Amino acid sequence: MKILSKTLNKINIFLENNPKITIYFPQFLIILVLTIIISYFSLNASTNMAARGIETGFAFLKNKASFDIQFSLIEFDSNDSYARAYLVGLLNTLLVSGIGIFFATVIGFFVGIIRLSTNILASKVAEAYIEIFRNIPLLLQIFFWYFAVLRLLPSSENSLILFDFVFANIKGIYVPRFVWTNFNFLTYGLVVSILAIYIFRFYSKKKQDLTGVQVPTFTTSLIIFVVINLLFIIIGNVGLSLTYPVLETNRGIHNYSGGVSVIPELIALAFSLSLYTSTFIAECVRAGILGIDKGQKEAAASIGLSKSQILKLIVIPQALRIIIPPVTNQYLNLTKKFIFSSRNCLPRYCFSFCWYCVDANWQSNRNCLDYDAYILNFKYINFTVYELV
Amino acid sequence: MNLVNWTRKNLFSNWHDTLLTFIILFLFYISIPPLLSWMFFDATFFGTSKKDCSGTGACWVFIQVWLKRFTYGMYPNDQIWRIDLAFIIFFFVIGAYFFVNTKIKKILFIFLTIIFPFLAIFLFHGGLFGLEEVETRVWGGLFLTLFISVFSIIFCFPIGVLLAMGRRSKLPVIRYFSIGFIELWRGVPLITVLFMAAVMFPVFLPSGTNLDKLVRVIIAITLFESAYIAEVIRGGLQAIPKGQYDAANSLGMGYWKSHILIILPQALKIVIPGVANTFIALFKDTPLILVVGLMELLGMVNMAKTNPAWLGLATEGYVFAAIVYFIFCFAMSRYSLRLEKQLKTSN
Amino acid sequence: MQSIIELKNVNKWFGEFQVLKDINLQVSQKEKIVICGPSGSGKSTLIRCINRLEEHQKGDIIVDGITLDANTKNIEKIRSEVGMVFQQFNLFPHLTILDNCTLAPIWVKKKTKKEAEEIATKYLEKVQIIDQAKKFPGQLSGGQQQRAAIARALCMEPNIMLFDEPTSALDPEMIKEVLDVMVDLANGGMTMCVVTHEMGFAKEVADRVIFMDEGKIVEEKPTQQFFNNPENERTKLFLSQILN
Repeated sequence: MKILSKTLNKINIFLENNPKITIYFPQFLIILVLTIIISYFSLNASTNMAARGIETGFAFLKNKASFDIQFSLIEFDSNDSYARAYLVGLLNTLLVSGIGIFFATVIGFFVGIIRLSTNILASKVAEAYIEIFRNIPLLLQIFFWYFAVLRLLPSSENSLILFDFVFANIKGIYVPRFVWTNFNFLTYGLVVSILAIYIFRFYSKKKQDLTGVQVPTFTTSLIIFVVINLLFIIIGNVGLSLTYPVLETNRGIHNYSGGVSVIPELIALAFSLSLYTSTFIAECVRAGILGIDKGQKEAAASIGLSKSQILKLIVIPQALRIIIPPVTNQYLNLTKKFIFSSRNCLPRYCFSFCWYCVDANWQSNRNCLDYDAYILNFKYINFTVYELV
Repeated sequence: MNLVNWTRKNLFSNWHDTLLTFIILFLFYISIPPLLSWMFFDATFFGTSKKDCSGTGACWVFIQVWLKRFTYGMYPNDQIWRIDLAFIIFFFVIGAYFFVNTKIKKILFIFLTIIFPFLAIFLFHGGLFGLEEVETRVWGGLFLTLFISVFSIIFCFPIGVLLAMGRRSKLPVIRYFSIGFIELWRGVPLITVLFMAAVMFPVFLPSGTNLDKLVRVIIAITLFESAYIAEVIRGGLQAIPKGQYDAANSLGMGYWKSHILIILPQALKIVIPGVANTFIALFKDTPLILVVGLMELLGMVNMAKTNPAWLGLATEGYVFAAIVYFIFCFAMSRYSLRLEKQLKTSN
Repeated sequence: MQSIIELKNVNKWFGEFQVLKDINLQVSQKEKIVICGPSGSGKSTLIRCINRLEEHQKGDIIVDGITLDANTKNIEKIRSEVGMVFQQFNLFPHLTILDNCTLAPIWVKKKTKKEAEEIATKYLEKVQIIDQAKKFPGQLSGGQQQRAAIARALCMEPNIMLFDEPTSALDPEMIKEVLDVMVDLANGGMTMCVVTHEMGFAKEVADRVIFMDEGKIVEEKPTQQFFNNPENERTKLFLSQILN
């Protein structure tokens, strides 16, 4: 025991007299330990993979995918390459995340503002909504919508019919497809109208700076937008027709064709993601608006601003500054959560590329590296989006 | 008279308030009665098989028959007492925590975080001292959910503290390692982590070694959550005014002494809401493990609903699971709010 | 008398900005010096360099024969001989006043709990705050907190006490109680370096007054001469502003 304490003492004194060691030694130790751990794992990995005949490397991207993807925004069949499958997965991710983000934001802001209402009933209902959809795991919500709700839809022949041209059945929701003629004119119209609005707002602000006269920008912008686009529609003879989904029977199997089909998996995912994330966004909104000092509103009122001016010029800009960072964080969370859920809910379909690849190759033991590629991809996207925001 | 005034002020104070109230009351009217009749009035609560479910209401018989499986997974029936024992000890200790003085509180805390994990593992797994061995393969249900959540939170906390301190360290190697570790785990979705742990991790071990899947999953979740906890704690560390560091240093306390005695006690108090949120999020993420084949509560419900004798009862199963999760998460979030209020006033 | 604190050609930069320029200063044992000057002149930084809360880049600082450098052993030895009182008190909010005072003696000087509490009681009585010993800092007034902070520093039984604007964060009614404690301490023979704007205190207690401006020591004189015959224009201007 004494020898132990004596040596510890000696070490202590040695360390005190050489302070640089206390700085460099722990770091050196950590590097050493990390190198050992990484080499150990890499060695094992390469031995094991060699034993199982797994190739690494990115060459597989050119190989044929040999699987089908049920929902895709671009053309894809089983003869296309893995790389193309990646692209499909990426586009699908963007699509569903985009839809989810949109609805989550709309619902979230709506619920958040109601939560702050002076109407006790409304605010309690909003609070109940938030608590319910926040405390139930997302996966459970997805399963619920998919298995317990959408599976209860009738089969194709007996579809629910809404508004005479929307058909809902167990295979999905079918809506008419928009078919545009001369659509490019409308795009020109959109571009021109947006430019016109920018120019108008620029000059009206200048005018306000110089003469103090305020021009109703919102209403005028709206009028500009509508008028210019109508003009372009009329001049360019832009036409819109609808292709309605039509029930076809093919060897006893009923199917709708001709319209746009929205598969139930997509609906379940988008729905649950939106509802779940909207609760967090609602809380962010509430925190943002409550975070504005009461003194701000009092000061604004005391210099004579009207209630709507206070809202527009003082409260909302400051609230948004508090709200936006956590809300964008929620967008990222939504995208991340989407990527996982596309496996669990979708027995037949794959939204996100990774799962298919791993599934298909699990048995044949190829291509673990696609997984690493996926992770790297993901980290990179995550990082860049975070930095952008 | 008070009631009338109150309603007028809070529900009908102006025209859009009144409109809102009426809209909400209308929505209640069309949604709540059917819901109630499905859940209670027309529902069947008792029975032994699906045939007992008459009527248009919910078939709660499904839940009643499967309740044991939902709670304990596929754990052998005659050994369930071991799980019950462990949980009784756990809740007893937690309950006692509120009624004893500080000295015993410390003992209880040490017991809970250091001794109890091993005791629990021994009880659940067995294999020693005559207790029959029960493979982790059959663990499941709510028991598994709680097991994973509690273990992960106990182990991820110290790792998180070290990472948070490491990230603020002046030594570049430690700092960059901490930053890299934290950002790595935070950037990847939990499902990826689980999948890698279950499927790919064995590739990194010498061939032939077999690490239990549950252990791999717990390690994965622990490391994953430790990154998030680290960020929460780092926020707390940053909130401590520099003066506290100065005062501790001026009294001659070095890095570790000042952190353990002065900085961390204060920082951890500040971050309790953040830690509670992380824990609640962890609890809500546990259903993900069904993807790698571990049947916690949601996994058991999924399995039950595909049983041929009980088809078509997915709704009842999911509603039950939803209620269970809701009760746990809601209780935890209310408790953390109460803790926060208590600590605000005590300072 | 031999100097207990010696600063030789001390220079310090914060990035590009030089905050201390060629500081030369000697403080003898039992001497009390007051450092004054406009804000940003570097007085706090100077004091904080003495117990290595800030690091100087050039020059030497020698405290009680020990040179201050990166050697941790020396730093800790110096810190246990030099006590510091801060403008913001910096009491530890999660500990009682008594615990605040016994913490360092127990953990740094390795005293037993009993010994530490005896020492703490002695000093808490000296600053007349013994009846608040079991309370938490948040329950005390500003003046009481600062006196507790002084007691906490004294519990390490230092040879030198540094004060960094100890009364600047206090309400006027409480300044007197803290200054009284400091005067008492001075009369007991403690070596003190005080950064302050309280010129009354300086006149009563200080042996020397030092005026700093823009990182340099502009004037350094025994107290009487400093107030009656300031030489430098800057000093005169400062005195005229502050004595009004």
